[in-house]
Amino acid sequence: MTGVNKTALTIVLVLFVLVTVVGFGAARWRRAGDMSTLDEWGLGGRGFGTFITWFLIGGDLYTAYTFVAVPAAMYGLGAVNGWFAVPYTIIAYPIVFIFLPRLWSVAHRHGYVTPADVTRGRYGSRGLALAVAGTGILATMPYIALQLVGIQAVLEVIGIGGSGNAFTRDIPLFVAFAVLAAYTYSSGLRAPALIAFVKDFLIYLVIIVATVWMAWKVGFGHIFDAAQNKFAQPAAKAAGGTFVPSSKQTLAYGSLALGSALALFMYPHSITGVLASRSRNTIRRNCALLPLYSLMLALLALIGYAAIAVGTNPVGLDHQRNPQLVVPQLFEDHFGWFAGVAFAAIAIGALVPAAIMSIGAANLFTRNIWTEYIEPGADERRQAAVSKVASLVVKAGALAFVLFLDRQNAINFQLLGGIWILQTLPSIVIGLYTRWFHRWALLAGWAVGMAYGTIAAYGQKSAATQHFGASTSAIFGHGNKIYIGVTAVVMNILVAVILTLIFRALKLPEGVDATEPDDYRADEGDPRVQRIPELTG
Amino acid sequence: MTPPTSNGRRTPPPTGIRVAALVLVLIPVVALMLVPTYTKQTPRLWGFPFFYWYQLMWLFLGTGCVVAAYYLLNRAGAGRGGSDEGSER
Repeated sequence: MTGVNKTALTIVLVLFVLVTVVGFGAARWRRAGDMSTLDEWGLGGRGFGTFITWFLIGGDLYTAYTFVAVPAAMYGLGAVNGWFAVPYTIIAYPIVFIFLPRLWSVAHRHGYVTPADVTRGRYGSRGLALAVAGTGILATMPYIALQLVGIQAVLEVIGIGGSGNAFTRDIPLFVAFAVLAAYTYSSGLRAPALIAFVKDFLIYLVIIVATVWMAWKVGFGHIFDAAQNKFAQPAAKAAGGTFVPSSKQTLAYGSLALGSALALFMYPHSITGVLASRSRNTIRRNCALLPLYSLMLALLALIGYAAIAVGTNPVGLDHQRNPQLVVPQLFEDHFGWFAGVAFAAIAIGALVPAAIMSIGAANLFTRNIWTEYIEPGADERRQAAVSKVASLVVKAGALAFVLFLDRQNAINFQLLGGIWILQTLPSIVIGLYTRWFHRWALLAGWAVGMAYGTIAAYGQKSAATQHFGASTSAIFGHGNKIYIGVTAVVMNILVAVILTLIFRALKLPEGVDATEPDDYRADEGDPRVQRIPELTG
Repeated sequence: MTPPTSNGRRTPPPTGIRVAALVLVLIPVVALMLVPTYTKQTPRLWGFPFFYWYQLMWLFLGTGCVVAAYYLLNRAGAGRGGSDEGSER
């Protein structure tokens, strides 16, 4: 890596300008209602059909971090750390096929914008809603930060940023970020929805080219042989490298996949994408279409193994080995000018989810913290205004993660984010089916899950860090490791069940349920389903 | 069960249909959760070790299950009003 790759940089800049124009123009796209309301700014008028929802949710869930980090994990440690993402994204859609339509229905009957709104309505508990909202915001911030780490990886391979003096190092990142913040502010959810088209086109193009290259130039047999050899070395084995999980690792592998799949649609930004869709069937159809992205993810993951086969050497501008750079480095080594397209795909692929995540977190803040505790009775315009500012604050918080925390730490905070967000699952999902659980029992279960998950993750060391070094740990009296998030959510549910029995026996007040059974089945066309008539009428 | 109305309100599919759809979508989840059944190197397929191609195979089978569940639920609800499937923009 010598100097700046000018061709690649030019292509990245041209495509970046293109999406910026699209981003600002998005405010006018499919515009019907008043942009100064939360429904329009934060949910794009709630009128997105199958096609746009597919791009939006796909653009939302498959982030630059996925494009950079999963192959990096495959490159460094193999199956248990990397390939588990494949079964995770395969089982996620069948699972959410079951409960997301119910979430959509109740949200549309009552005008709920966030997962915490749903909890608030079901259990009549401000405390529980606050816990759900706070967890969502907390788990989202480092996740946005990781998008920036993805952009940084690309910039570093191009030859800018990474090291050098503090001023030149972070300028490109600041610029990219300021532009993102500006168009999210003005166009709301429409901006990332429209940019997602550009992003996906680029990503698919890159993956097709890379797959053809892997199949014909390198050969899958050779790729897998190289990976198998690497992870058979004693040194790689000792570091945790795995080609096929051993019998002691199957629990870790399965629980990472299951826990991640359950956590996926608890994130506020995924729920934002779901609620912006037009009908229950839009969601169901998307569950059948979204696995196409999982295929893409699997092919991307294999680029990590291909890098082993062709001997990619990911060394940063600071001359340190950094597996996160493996995908951009491989493209720079083997793809000539096309590397620029790949870099742009990764960078733009980071901006879309970063925008949606910040909108999701901002909606949570506005609905469940601001109007609940600070300014009750804020009207729609006021809420949208607060949300816009909150989206800037959330992004600034994410930027702080990147600038002030060790990159290794940021990665581990994301693992922790998954553990945290999973603790909101009992309050959100179980409530869609039964009101049996007591609100205070759910709150106690949440607290136990959060505490256990945080402490267990804090205790994990790795070669690079003293704390938050891994997301799996051994459970009591059992030698095999398991995803901490799964252990924590099981404890969470157990505590909730036991306390519910006790609280019911004590006849503690249960809170008012604002919903009725029929609310969980209502669909588009239902007279009480709230819609924006200009968009869907 | 409420009859269909002109405003497009649907009646939910019968319980049997809903259970069948649930079982269908749980098939890929259960299959992939049985990790010890596929932690093998061989046989290879197009260079892919068994562990890798088996899971990718479930990507397609799982999608098939979801599509089947979708049609099951919608055929049960068809002809009773509801939104026009072809009206997506």
